[in-house]
Amino acid sequence: MIDSENMLSGAYEKMEDKIMGMTMTQKILAAHAGLESVTAGQLIEVNLDLVLGNDITTPVAIREMDKIEKKEVFHKDKIALVMDHFIPNKDIKSAENCKCVRDFTCRHGITNYFDVGEMGIEHALLPEKGLTVAGDAIIGADSHTCTYGALGAFSTGVGSTDMAAGMVTGKAWFKVPSAIKFNIVGKPSEWVSGKDVILHIIGRIGVDGALYKSMEFTGEGISSLSMDDRFTIANMAIEAGGKNGIFPVDEIAVAYMKEHSKRPYKVYEADEDAEYEAEYTIDLGTLKPTVAFPHLPENTKTIDEIKEPVEIQQSVIGSCTNGRIDDLRIAASILKGRKVAKGVRCIIIPATQAIYLQAMEEGLLKIFIEAGAVVSTPTCGPCLGGYMGILAAGERCISTTNRNFVGRMGHVDSEVYLASPAVAAASAVTGKISGPDEL
Amino acid sequence: MKAEGSVFKYGDNVDTDVIIPARYLNIQDMKELASHCMEDIDKEFVEKVNDGDIIVANRNFGCGSSREHAPIAIKTAGVSCVIAETFARIFYRNAINIGLPIIECPEAAQDIEAGDRVEVDFDSGMIYDRTKGTEYKGQPFPEFMQKIIEAEGLVNYINQN
Repeated sequence: MIDSENMLSGAYEKMEDKIMGMTMTQKILAAHAGLESVTAGQLIEVNLDLVLGNDITTPVAIREMDKIEKKEVFHKDKIALVMDHFIPNKDIKSAENCKCVRDFTCRHGITNYFDVGEMGIEHALLPEKGLTVAGDAIIGADSHTCTYGALGAFSTGVGSTDMAAGMVTGKAWFKVPSAIKFNIVGKPSEWVSGKDVILHIIGRIGVDGALYKSMEFTGEGISSLSMDDRFTIANMAIEAGGKNGIFPVDEIAVAYMKEHSKRPYKVYEADEDAEYEAEYTIDLGTLKPTVAFPHLPENTKTIDEIKEPVEIQQSVIGSCTNGRIDDLRIAASILKGRKVAKGVRCIIIPATQAIYLQAMEEGLLKIFIEAGAVVSTPTCGPCLGGYMGILAAGERCISTTNRNFVGRMGHVDSEVYLASPAVAAASAVTGKISGPDEL
Repeated sequence: MKAEGSVFKYGDNVDTDVIIPARYLNIQDMKELASHCMEDIDKEFVEKVNDGDIIVANRNFGCGSSREHAPIAIKTAGVSCVIAETFARIFYRNAINIGLPIIECPEAAQDIEAGDRVEVDFDSGMIYDRTKGTEYKGQPFPEFMQKIIEAEGLVNYINQN
């Protein structure tokens, strides 16, 4: 166990006489640290509700855990291990990694282990399985763990050693973050979705615009964002450098949790006098479909700003960012009765088995296949250049994923353009980056 | 604790995909992993790097994925310290947790050039560019992070405490 007094000696800052208001994130962290109040910059130790790992990061965590003298896990129900990146196994090394995690799961009796047939992309799967609810404190050895902020949880990505320590101690150390407030107003037009909202924000503040900070979303405009839109927005908080992204818990979030989870949830709200380092207003009504050009998510252009045609060879619709049922419905509404352009590979990846099944029942898969797209079992595959859609030198892909770094989806001389499912589907039809209105 | 070596210099937003591309993430042998370190941004890095050398970069070093393979690859390649204007937060945690010394210092990150001989004193937070004859004061670590670094990582720290 980490000795909290020893660990934090000298780290507490002297509290002001008057207790300052706290942000939503700070309230969740304070509650999980057993403190009445916390302030930005303070180092605290937090009790965790869930520790997550995948087939890439868990083998490294297991190796680190083997070096810890206490080798028992803190709680066999509060660890989730999801095999999703390179599975069904793409090669022998990936198979060995999954086997290592499978053996570990058996050895420790971990209950929330998801392998082929049950798995989905982790950040779509865990909320769907009811493992993440409002008020939770969650770490995951995957940078997009920030997704669960959509439900009003504090969740953030860490590395494998933090995961190992978390699995043994049930705790993690954090510097309490300051925050940026995003006041969401207005209603989005037809083809504007959560992806356009977050790409717009990253374009405005930059890929380190929220470095070490919470991104707290608030405002009446949130009521017109579906849960799937909110997952997409919170998911990409990390692409602005954020520690976490978090939404208030409203009727839509409560309905989602009641449908998916039996766990009790707890609603935290930011104090009225909470301090924010900056505030931005995002008017959904003014947003347009937005595309992030290579090689950073901040290189955004709205669809009408793209003057020169950008031909593509591949369109990927899926990932922890945009592989949910809303995303597939939007893609299907565009691909219905149309054909993927010659010379374009359109790869559609439902994020979980349940989403896959629902897409089948709603007839979406038929629409995709008739349009000339392929539909894959859930996997992170192409998003990180693992498999299932690797690019050759000089190729371009429009993708609903989250990163367009150099070499992200394959060859170092290939290019990834990030966009919504609507734009990715429309572009698959035209063979160049296009908005749905151009069809 | 000190570090001393020649500098490899990079710019803003060096992401973990270029530090260690995902196509190598199924590799569990650290030396094999390190043999691909930085290859998508600097093909010559692995051939030229010597034990003790130092990486200097500008803003947001290590952004992107949470892969701990990134600081592990850098450390295993022989790098003794990374100096940057700022680090992405997961990379920052990971580097401390695995015992790769890092230090934030905007002035040093801007001035120091590739090939300079640089010395870092972690106790004082001082950075000395021996080629230029300049010195800089880096951002010191909070006491408890210093203890993790001195224990050469979080796992050792947990075992010791």
